[in-house]
Amino acid sequence: MSTSHAATGPIDYSFKVVRYFSIMTVVWGIVGMAVGVLIAAQLYWPELNIGPYLHFGRLRPLHTNAVIFAFGGCALMATSFYVVQRTSQAKLFAEPLAWFVFWGWQAVILAAAITLPLGLTSSKEYAELEWPIDILITIVWVAYAVVFFGTILKRRVEHIYVANWFFGGFILTVAVLHIVNNLEMPISLFKSYSIYSGATDAMIQWWYGHNAVGFFLTAGFLGIMYYFVPKQAERPVYSYRLSVVHFWALVGIYIWAGPHHLHYTALPDWAQSLGMVMSLILLAPSWGGMINGVMTLSGAWHKLRTDPTLRFLVVSLSFYGMSTFEGPMMAIKTVNALSHYTDWTIGHVHSGALGWVAMVSIGALYHLIPRLYGMTEMYSKELINTHFWLATIGTVLYIASMWVNGITQGLMWRAFNEDGTLTYSFIDSVVASGPGYFVRFLGGALFLTGMLVMFYNMYRTIKMGTPADTGRLPATEAQAA
Amino acid sequence: MSNFWSAWIIILTSVFLVIQAWILFSNRKTPRINQDPDDPTTGHEFDGISELENPMPRWWFGLFVGTFVFGIGYLIVYPGMGSYQGLFGWTQVNQWEAAQEQADEKYGAVLAQYMEYSVEELVNNEAAQQTGSRLFANNCEVCHGPGGGGNYGFPNLSDDDWIWGGEPDQIVFTLNNGRVAAMPAWSAALGESGINDVTEHLLTFTGRSTDAEAAARGESQFGMFCAACHGADAKGNHLLGAPNLTDEIWLYGGSADSIKHTLRNGRAGVMPKFGDTLSEEQIHLLAGYVYGLSRQ
Repeated sequence: MSTSHAATGPIDYSFKVVRYFSIMTVVWGIVGMAVGVLIAAQLYWPELNIGPYLHFGRLRPLHTNAVIFAFGGCALMATSFYVVQRTSQAKLFAEPLAWFVFWGWQAVILAAAITLPLGLTSSKEYAELEWPIDILITIVWVAYAVVFFGTILKRRVEHIYVANWFFGGFILTVAVLHIVNNLEMPISLFKSYSIYSGATDAMIQWWYGHNAVGFFLTAGFLGIMYYFVPKQAERPVYSYRLSVVHFWALVGIYIWAGPHHLHYTALPDWAQSLGMVMSLILLAPSWGGMINGVMTLSGAWHKLRTDPTLRFLVVSLSFYGMSTFEGPMMAIKTVNALSHYTDWTIGHVHSGALGWVAMVSIGALYHLIPRLYGMTEMYSKELINTHFWLATIGTVLYIASMWVNGITQGLMWRAFNEDGTLTYSFIDSVVASGPGYFVRFLGGALFLTGMLVMFYNMYRTIKMGTPADTGRLPATEAQAA
Repeated sequence: MSNFWSAWIIILTSVFLVIQAWILFSNRKTPRINQDPDDPTTGHEFDGISELENPMPRWWFGLFVGTFVFGIGYLIVYPGMGSYQGLFGWTQVNQWEAAQEQADEKYGAVLAQYMEYSVEELVNNEAAQQTGSRLFANNCEVCHGPGGGGNYGFPNLSDDDWIWGGEPDQIVFTLNNGRVAAMPAWSAALGESGINDVTEHLLTFTGRSTDAEAAARGESQFGMFCAACHGADAKGNHLLGAPNLTDEIWLYGGSADSIKHTLRNGRAGVMPKFGDTLSEEQIHLLAGYVYGLSRQ
């Protein structure tokens, strides 16, 4: 039945929960990025560190949690719930549970937004939330998995589409990562201690941390890419064979790469070497996704001139390719000796976070939002174009300033005088980073402005349309087009 | 590492790499999924999306194989496979030791020449002062401030008031071994009225006491509890790191409130030891610089 188009009637989908997640993606994107712009400003104007609650040290984890788990999480849940239904030709399994996922996830975000500024933290990077919230995340995540895999089981097509492999891999692995890294002993309602200590703790933390990048921010968003790029370009996926190989290579190899965060530390030499080798081998599997996305545009390149949504998707793939080249290079010990602890790392993260994760989500939402409201186009294509340039210039300013800062810092820290003393004290390198911090603030502000433009465009689109919960099968859609 | 864990790592890594290579090579040339030779897609369709049966790009295949070969080569040359040491026995510790040795060779003679001079003589040696000031900027300024001007809780090194003594030998000793000051908490022994009395007594040295009776009571308390370290005349004791309490220099603030806070809760100032991180020559140069700070 995989190739048959026999069933041509409309399918009743659960799109309301997708609509809610989509809107919250934009909202949390604005909130998370606004906090990012604020902390970028605090690094340039330290006077902006006001009181304990708005201090950099407390707002920084709020920023990372908001953009990764609130913005990124809502984007993944919106798109995965949409894609799994459309590509399985089935309504969501256990719809009430999907609503529990929505409200549960919003509760997690709200709890994070309250507890982090209050200084309640387990102090593990990207896993700062205290144990009661960790438990809530686990429950919501299991519900998410039940809805997603339940819908896969209900599917009316024989095969499982590649986007769903990536969504599925991401959901399973994040569950394991979250639980293992957050094993902790509570001593009160808001305080717990990790069960790990010393180098073991560091290794578990970065096994988690790097796979938060590898699975949450890469595999999940490759799932988005595999549906929305061919859909928006109206072209077939370039190579099924490449999908198979790079999927298994990506999910297999990422798991080993964490130790590259701990080069030249108390982590044993053998673990550092394995982490570095696997990080290098990860280059080709990562590029497999980029190639499969970009080559899908073969024969549709002219659409880039007129379709800013497709431009978002293709530029996101370029940034993905660039940062997955940069990552393995930075994992090489000799390069890492220069780049580690500098702003280069922050630049690298944001070429992935802004250039890849945010841009592919934005592109997907510009495809998705009108369709959730019974239309095929956003309210204004011109505003999508404006958003595209704000986002692209903002990202480039951000990355370039952090490269300059990072390399400057790395070189200053290792400069020696003829008497063997260090040429610069640490504060000298902070002073030298000032201009870069300003440019980074500017880049972030541009990116945030783009999100506000998106919010307005989304608002007008929603006003124009009416919620649509029914989709048609491919054959009918093709006839209608 | 035990043999079991070493074998565990080697087997897990090898099996994993073999599986990855197998996935790559087994998908290199496979029969088409779609039996229809005119249809370039797999024949599967998902919401209008089909997939082409293009092979993996050759350059990409080559890149993947290349990183594999490099990775395996790396694991032969460097440690990685359990307790296997690698061809050249590289470790991060011996890399660091080699770099340190190289630095000693390069800079050793430059620094060693200053050992001929005494700490006092270094004060007038411009090159020594310059090196000393650089060492100070990178190791000391974070607490003691630029030029050793001091901060709350971190003594000013540019005046002539010393807690642990300002003679060359004392400075060198402080730098090498660090110092731990221990001002006990007295709230249990003195009570709030006793703390008030001792504070009044201490304020008399700078003419700030407003309650002569309390100050008189405080003087006898001082004799009992404080004089052992700070001396009967309250002028301090370098051997114990007990500061002079009769002047206007206060490490933790000299207002009545600050003094009471110190008396109630005690203080525990820590100067870290640098004997392990800086060489003898560097400590010598640093001592020359610090010694000079208070004699400008």
